Amino acid sequence: MKDRHHLVLKDIHIALDGVTLLALDAQVGPGEVLTVMGPSGSGKSTLLAYLAGFLSPAFLASGQALLDGHDITRLPAEQRGIGLLFQDPLLFPHLSVGGNLRFGMPRAISNKAERVEAALSQIGLAGFGQRDPATLSGGQKARVALMRLLLSEPCAVLLDEPFSKLDTHLRHEMRQLVFDRLRDAGLPSLLVTHDREDAEDAGGRVVELSH
Amino acid sequence: MILRLAPLLIVTLLVGPILAGLVMAMLPAFGYLPALGGTEFSLTPWRELFAQPGLARSVAISFSSGLVTTLISLTVVLLFLAGASGSRLDRWIRRMVSPLLSIPHAAAAFGLAFLIAPSGLISRLVSPGVTGWERPPDLLIVQDPWGLSLMAGLVIKEIPFLLLMSLAALPQLDPDRRVAMARSLGYRPTIAWLKAVMPALYPLIRLPVYAVIAYATSVVDVALILGPTLPPTLSVSILTWFHDPDLARRFMASAGAVLQLGVTAAALATWWCLECLVARLGRRWIDRGGRRRGELSLRLAGKGLILLATFTAFVGIASLALNSVAGFWRFPDVLPQGFTTSHWLRALPNLSGPVASTVLIATAATLIALVLTLAALENEQRTGRHPAQGRLVSSLGLLYLPLIVPQIAFLFGLVVVMESLGTRPQHALVIFGHLLFVLPYVFLSLSEAYRRFDPRWSQLALSLGASRNTAFWRVRLPMLLAPMLTACAVGLAVSIGQYLPTQLLGAGRVPTVTTEALSLAAGGNRRVIGVWALVQASLPLVGFIIAVGLPRLLWSNRRGMRGSP
Repeated sequence: MKDRHHLVLKDIHIALDGVTLLALDAQVGPGEVLTVMGPSGSGKSTLLAYLAGFLSPAFLASGQALLDGHDITRLPAEQRGIGLLFQDPLLFPHLSVGGNLRFGMPRAISNKAERVEAALSQIGLAGFGQRDPATLSGGQKARVALMRLLLSEPCAVLLDEPFSKLDTHLRHEMRQLVFDRLRDAGLPSLLVTHDREDAEDAGGRVVELSH
Repeated sequence: MILRLAPLLIVTLLVGPILAGLVMAMLPAFGYLPALGGTEFSLTPWRELFAQPGLARSVAISFSSGLVTTLISLTVVLLFLAGASGSRLDRWIRRMVSPLLSIPHAAAAFGLAFLIAPSGLISRLVSPGVTGWERPPDLLIVQDPWGLSLMAGLVIKEIPFLLLMSLAALPQLDPDRRVAMARSLGYRPTIAWLKAVMPALYPLIRLPVYAVIAYATSVVDVALILGPTLPPTLSVSILTWFHDPDLARRFMASAGAVLQLGVTAAALATWWCLECLVARLGRRWIDRGGRRRGELSLRLAGKGLILLATFTAFVGIASLALNSVAGFWRFPDVLPQGFTTSHWLRALPNLSGPVASTVLIATAATLIALVLTLAALENEQRTGRHPAQGRLVSSLGLLYLPLIVPQIAFLFGLVVVMESLGTRPQHALVIFGHLLFVLPYVFLSLSEAYRRFDPRWSQLALSLGASRNTAFWRVRLPMLLAPMLTACAVGLAVSIGQYLPTQLLGAGRVPTVTTEALSLAAGGNRRVIGVWALVQASLPLVGFIIAVGLPRLLWSNRRGMRGSP
């Protein structure tokens, strides 16, 4: 997890029906968080969809996303090495908490059970492996979702307003946890949000999208 | 690759046999069928057909029963939705829809017959007290010459179908907000629904309505049980001619099949004109701005009629059960003097074969339909092509093709095709025939849940490094288990209820519960019919019980899987 990854967005340009939605050119170093801010409808989610590999064919996108020097824009989503954190924790409801953590772990890893237990105790949920995710509180779910992301060993992370649905008192705590972890793991991250506090806690550069 | 072929495969599977069948009904109708010595085109089959006594009456009954059945069923469903939404009755009926829909047409028809026959349950209840009847009156109630009991039997089954289709379409219209808006303008709730929701709902259920018209104009099994006999409906006449030992009659039967196609088309065209008329009158009714007139009577009608239909169906099934265990049963007595298992014991040895056949055919047809449906829907997801974007609208229309072209019109032709290909009647052929009708229903009932499934689940799985196939098997499939099982239960129910495809493609040599039950219809032994019809009605129910129970069992420890997605 201590590899140093690097994300370069080169002349990204996305258009819908001939109208430019957004244009972006940026670099994100290891452990850095680049915040992209803008009101709804400014194309923030479209940018994430493009980088993660889910852009609807209706959009016309150009430019390169270089992850450690390799262009990933033509790779299928599952080979890009890009992890996602959504607004909702989206723990798979048919799997246990442990099953959710195991889902994303690379196949080659042999001591999965130990890794899962260690990850759970790191977020204060030791012994929760067999639990039904639906029985966790909102904050616990968010932490499990974060650990699931980290255990899948991504090379870069995209955050889609991951704190907007949390209670106010949890939000600050969760931001600290997420940004600390991402920094420790040395992952370049891209955060899209419309909440200025998110940007402040992230502590990195901020790009504003207009419209 | 295989996925990409799925939509094409489905369309070919549905359209190919129907087109081939129609062509091979058309050719013999004009005298051309070399296998039977017809090498020249002629109008003789038509001349013979029109010389049949009672043909005009057969046509009239087929035509009118199609329109009347649809009109009544649709009215009951719309009034119910208008008058009962949000009430306790509403929730109860919604829960009853699936079991009601799963009752095969034939079993429901037998149940109704046992209820309304001169010596049936209703007559017993009111005799001799109200009627003074000491013995069953000599009245032709079942199989009446006007086809009224036929229409009643069809209405009982078409109401749950139209209701289910409406309930599936309603959420996208946001009916609660429309009604709330209209009520804030002073409209009473039922009137508000009829004026603000119904006009938007009808276009969404138009194809199912057309399917009801097509079905009701050409139905065979219900008509054999409840329909008039002298003359029977057009479809039953055609079947008789087709099975006539004199093979030359097949030419006339083919002409009849083409005529049936015309009758159904005429009924559809008439309905379309009615639609235009009602739309114009309805617009004037809305424009006039009446807010409360008729509220109470409409509401009462909506609740009362659906209750009547639902109870009739269930009491009919109960009377099947009662008959199947009845011992000696004197006429005005409401209950038999004794109960016996002898009818069941006597039927058991004969039941096992047809039950096994029924289950085998239904399972095979449903599994094939499920695989094709999943492949097509998964392909749709992966290519990002969505049904709203033009192309799939047309193929959705094609899905309805087997439901709108009368079975009897193309199945004969299909039999001719199969005979000329040298295919022997056997289970595989019957399964193929059932697939034509199972596939549309499986697709229609699964597609809604599949398309609504939150795309972020799959995106998340991919971003965690899972391949598309892993995401399908480990995320999408388990999370959609409940709707998938429901679709299977629907498929099984559709297959179990099929009469004509089994009878024709199996050439009478593949007995199923349905064909056996129908062959008993003419005999009129109520005890035996009770046994067989009850077995026929309970087989699909087993499917629905599994569909409801299995997810609960599997996900007993997963709260997030209950009632979702």
